[in-house]
Amino acid sequence: MSPRWRVVLWLAFGALVAALPPIIANDYYIGVAVFVGIGAIAAIGLNLLMGYAGQVSLGHAAFMAIGGFTSAILTTRTGVSPWIAMACALLLASAVATLVGIPTLKLRGHYLAMATLGVGMIVTIILTQWDDFTGGTSGLTDIPYLSLAGVPLDNDVKYFYLVWALVALALLLSSNLIRSRVGRALRALHTGEVAAATCGVDIARTKLRVFVLSAALAALAGSLYAHHVHFVNPHNPFDFSFSIQLVVMVVLGGLATLPGSVVGAATVILLGEYLRSLGDFDVLAFGVILALVLIFLPRGIVGGAASLLQARRAAGGAAQES
Amino acid sequence: MTLGSQTLQFLIAGLSVGAIYALIALGFGVIYNATQIVNFAQGEFVMLGALLTVTLHHSAHLPLPLACLLAVLGVVVVGVLVERLAIRPVRAAGVLAMIIVTIGVSIALRGIAMLIWGKEHVPLRPFSSVEVVRLGGAAVLTQSLWVIGITLAVMAALHLFYSRATLGKAMRAAAITREGAALVGISPGATVFWSFALAGGLGAVAGLLIAPIHMAAYGMGTMLGLKGFAAAILGGIGSSVGAIVGGLALGVLEAMGAGFAPAGLGGYKDAFAFIILLIVLFARPAGLFGGGGAGEE
Repeated sequence: MSPRWRVVLWLAFGALVAALPPIIANDYYIGVAVFVGIGAIAAIGLNLLMGYAGQVSLGHAAFMAIGGFTSAILTTRTGVSPWIAMACALLLASAVATLVGIPTLKLRGHYLAMATLGVGMIVTIILTQWDDFTGGTSGLTDIPYLSLAGVPLDNDVKYFYLVWALVALALLLSSNLIRSRVGRALRALHTGEVAAATCGVDIARTKLRVFVLSAALAALAGSLYAHHVHFVNPHNPFDFSFSIQLVVMVVLGGLATLPGSVVGAATVILLGEYLRSLGDFDVLAFGVILALVLIFLPRGIVGGAASLLQARRAAGGAAQES
Repeated sequence: MTLGSQTLQFLIAGLSVGAIYALIALGFGVIYNATQIVNFAQGEFVMLGALLTVTLHHSAHLPLPLACLLAVLGVVVVGVLVERLAIRPVRAAGVLAMIIVTIGVSIALRGIAMLIWGKEHVPLRPFSSVEVVRLGGAAVLTQSLWVIGITLAVMAALHLFYSRATLGKAMRAAAITREGAALVGISPGATVFWSFALAGGLGAVAGLLIAPIHMAAYGMGTMLGLKGFAAAILGGIGSSVGAIVGGLALGVLEAMGAGFAPAGLGGYKDAFAFIILLIVLFARPAGLFGGGGAGEE
């Protein structure tokens, strides 16, 4: 994509985000849009890992849980500033990711996927069982509002702007990362690990960095979630089923397309909200739609659209040449 | 009760749950060998086997052996349909797409089960009218003995299938080298098809065996599937001996852990399988019987 197009897309994204709350003008839907932004932040991080480093995490919701519960525990028990609590959350998630990543990422294959699955289950069980500390299944309540420069973000519109500013920041950070040295290393190891290693790419370390960054983004999302609903429990959106939903967001939006993750998060969350009206049919419909999208658009929504455009352009080019 | 008889009691309970994990792990391995994918719908095959048996036996009043047989056949058909309708269309798109499709399938099967059977937990009557027997001072569920016995029979049949039947030998060959097997005329497509049939059958047997011990319900497949997956990793995914040893070891460790855990820590029982999973991944990633699949960089 040329730099000019990039600027145009960013401006369009900014204008859309700025205009959305007045257009929606409905507290419930703005709340949903906040949740889409939170899902998008976690999905962007997971897409860096899945789409660029070629590794899958099946326990990413656990890093969200670490984020959400660290914020919840520190702000309600110690009265520390929510921003400091959030920084601690990011550090803790990064530390856990490092511990899990070091032994598994030096191996070839999908060992990280299995290890993160285990970590995710263990985190859920600890959060459920250690009730003195975490509130058990009923969770923790009265998590305070975030405030910015002395202004409390005490309604959904203000919080919407904060969350979506952070979505933009995550997108910017990630797209810069994949165009940097680390990004080139990632693309190199994606096409051929041996060749990349021969060219001096430290494969294990590059993958580890991306995994830690993706865990930190998930923790940020979890912490934002805690300050959005002021309440956390070990399950929604912190357990295995949300880990799976995050993977679905990434694949549905399109692997290795960062805007795809935002589209994927919006699709999964809005679909979930819409399908709820179907009552007991919602689970079945979600599963069927997921399978159908992948059968017909294996590269995801944005990935599929991009390849359609490319095919059309190639066809147009061929027609002009003849 | 003495410590010895208590240990025996936990051991038998653990072996029976472990046998279930082993059957599920075998199902994961069969599909992994044919496709290199982890089938997230394996737990749902277990759930369907349990619920179908309950319906056929309790509502349709079929005799238990017939109900079990029909339930297994039913889930075999489900497995085959999953392969034809969902897996085959995305095979060109790669392993990750297929795995995500199995996630979609597992969610859809859970949804269908919820519509058919509702959200209640339904019990299956134990296979014997005598529910508990005394064995060396330990109180043992007769159902545990059924589970262990039938699992052993299934494993013997599976061994014969893999060592004698042409199809079984073909599936083993395709697991070792798909291209080589294709060269001698073993169709990769057929291998995948039969692996889903077999995985469906194994899952169904696990489900109908566990249904009298744990209740059957539309959501029972998730945790059982994940435990079976942990067992498969512990043994080394794709290895049949590994799946059996991994499943039994996991079941026994879990039962001993929960039985002898200090008061208050029993709630962490479900974490055992996953802690073991992590230890295996960190210390011996290829699993106990895995053949060098995990090369270090």
